[in-house]
Amino acid sequence: MFSKKNNTYYVCVFFFSLFVLFLYGPTFTIILLSFQGPDGGLTFPLNGISTYWFEELWRGGSVVDIGSAFKRSIILGIIVMILTVVLSVAAGLAFRKKFWGSNVLFFTTVASLIVPSIVLSLGVALQFRLIDDLTKWIGSSLNISWVNDSFQTSLGMYSSGLGAQLTWTLPFGLLIMFAVFNRFDKSYEEAARDLGATPWKTFKEIVLPLIAPSIIGIALFGFTLSYDELARSSQVMGSGNTLPLELRGLTTTVTTPIIYALGTVTTFVSFTVIAISVGFYLFLKRKKGI
Amino acid sequence: MPKLFQIKPSVGLLSLPYSLVFIFFFFIPLVLTFVISFWDYNEYSIIPDFILENYRYIFENCFSFENGMCVTFKTYLSTFMFCLITWFFTLIIGFFVAYFLSFYVNSLTWQIALFLLCTIPFWTSNVIRMISWIPLLGRNGLVNDFFLSTGLTSTPQEWLLYSGFSVVLAFVHLYTLFMIVPIFNSMMRIDKSIIEAAYDSGANGFQILWNIIIPLCKPGIVIGSIFVITVVMGDFITIGIMGGQQIPSIGKIIYVEMSYLQLPAAAANAVILLLLTLLIIWIMTKMIDIRKEL
Repeated sequence: MFSKKNNTYYVCVFFFSLFVLFLYGPTFTIILLSFQGPDGGLTFPLNGISTYWFEELWRGGSVVDIGSAFKRSIILGIIVMILTVVLSVAAGLAFRKKFWGSNVLFFTTVASLIVPSIVLSLGVALQFRLIDDLTKWIGSSLNISWVNDSFQTSLGMYSSGLGAQLTWTLPFGLLIMFAVFNRFDKSYEEAARDLGATPWKTFKEIVLPLIAPSIIGIALFGFTLSYDELARSSQVMGSGNTLPLELRGLTTTVTTPIIYALGTVTTFVSFTVIAISVGFYLFLKRKKGI
Repeated sequence: MPKLFQIKPSVGLLSLPYSLVFIFFFFIPLVLTFVISFWDYNEYSIIPDFILENYRYIFENCFSFENGMCVTFKTYLSTFMFCLITWFFTLIIGFFVAYFLSFYVNSLTWQIALFLLCTIPFWTSNVIRMISWIPLLGRNGLVNDFFLSTGLTSTPQEWLLYSGFSVVLAFVHLYTLFMIVPIFNSMMRIDKSIIEAAYDSGANGFQILWNIIIPLCKPGIVIGSIFVITVVMGDFITIGIMGGQQIPSIGKIIYVEMSYLQLPAAAANAVILLLLTLLIIWIMTKMIDIRKEL
């Protein structure tokens, strides 16, 4: 009934194409508009073609310090990526057998995906505020001079910000690991063990190469979701804003195509990361012939 | 199981770092939110206490309907409306896309490629995807140009951007993927021979869709719905940017209270939002379970 000869097929292809256009069309309009001349505005028609707005962005023209926000986002993204890969692969290995608390941990994972981001962000902010109050109280009652003199807050990109983002990226990592191990052929591992390999050696030489393509997938989720994360980190980044946070601020203040140029640059970064990951994934798949 | 094959404690321990992240950044923060929602506060600090004032304040004037509906109920009603409309459109579109991918695309390579095509935007910036509607829907945007040049309207339409319409559009744009993935997953598990059997027995396309595919996709539909509804329930960024900072939402109330450092009040709102979200999820999961029983 799903033959390619009937009309429904073509209607479906048409609607699917419309959906893809709906997904990508708006992004391509802003990429187009970011290459306008100096007189360009936020809407069509295109006023000349140039890279003026990219140069302006490069010079830091009139907008906040985009360069350092960009750098912060990339660094945080890489840290989140590494932690997401390591922690979720380790947890994924643990979940192959039942362990004490495994059900609770699974439900926590799912709950973390669907808890409203603002609630989580508030919770983490409250927690760090209490930690600050406690630290200051201990500092003053025990007369610890560095606390009294220089301690401001424990809230920051690499403490609360990192943690809040991990609650969003780790569940994806673990769910990917579940998908991997559901289809995993255990006989290779058993063979290695029968031949006398230690658990670590079995993991390193057998399991790891087999799951390597999926680890690329986890890394992709880890980096891109952190790089674009906004809602959960909105209250807990401390003094240094990441790129998405700066961007959100710019939506209300900037009225020139410079914001499109910034959008083009960050979309380019995302697309590059996705392309590298997909390429790497295919390469690993082919290499192992699995 | 014989003793020989029992779990070695070391394997379960591998989940410890993962668990610690969730204890420290998920469990404790949520517990603290609940506790602090009963605390008192002033301009510069939060004060340990046990008061119900924060909750009372949320529902002030809510149970006397002399002055119309109170702000809290209005906000919730508006958020529910966004949930409902977004849910409807993401479900229809998501179901259709998943249906197309799993039944009309025959080669696995193409299925993966087209699925990836739908997924890629999820890995790009949400804010950028929101502002990319400006050139299309703005006062001088393409849609208004089209309306004016064809004479459909004589003045630029203001409701296209920074309105309820653009908020829903952005939600559908951003979150249809949350429907596609689980529904596609359910559909790929459907044994094709069941459909062929129904077809051979004379069922038409609609009957197959209604009596076979949709019932078998129910878990996927419910999971997708949970994702979409919870993400819209707690949203304050999309409603903020696409609503031109004019449309209220529960998430936004929490956000504003936080910026005024009224943390216990924000915590009380967060607790109510969380309870409502859990209630919705509970009802929805009951829906699949009951169907399974029948």
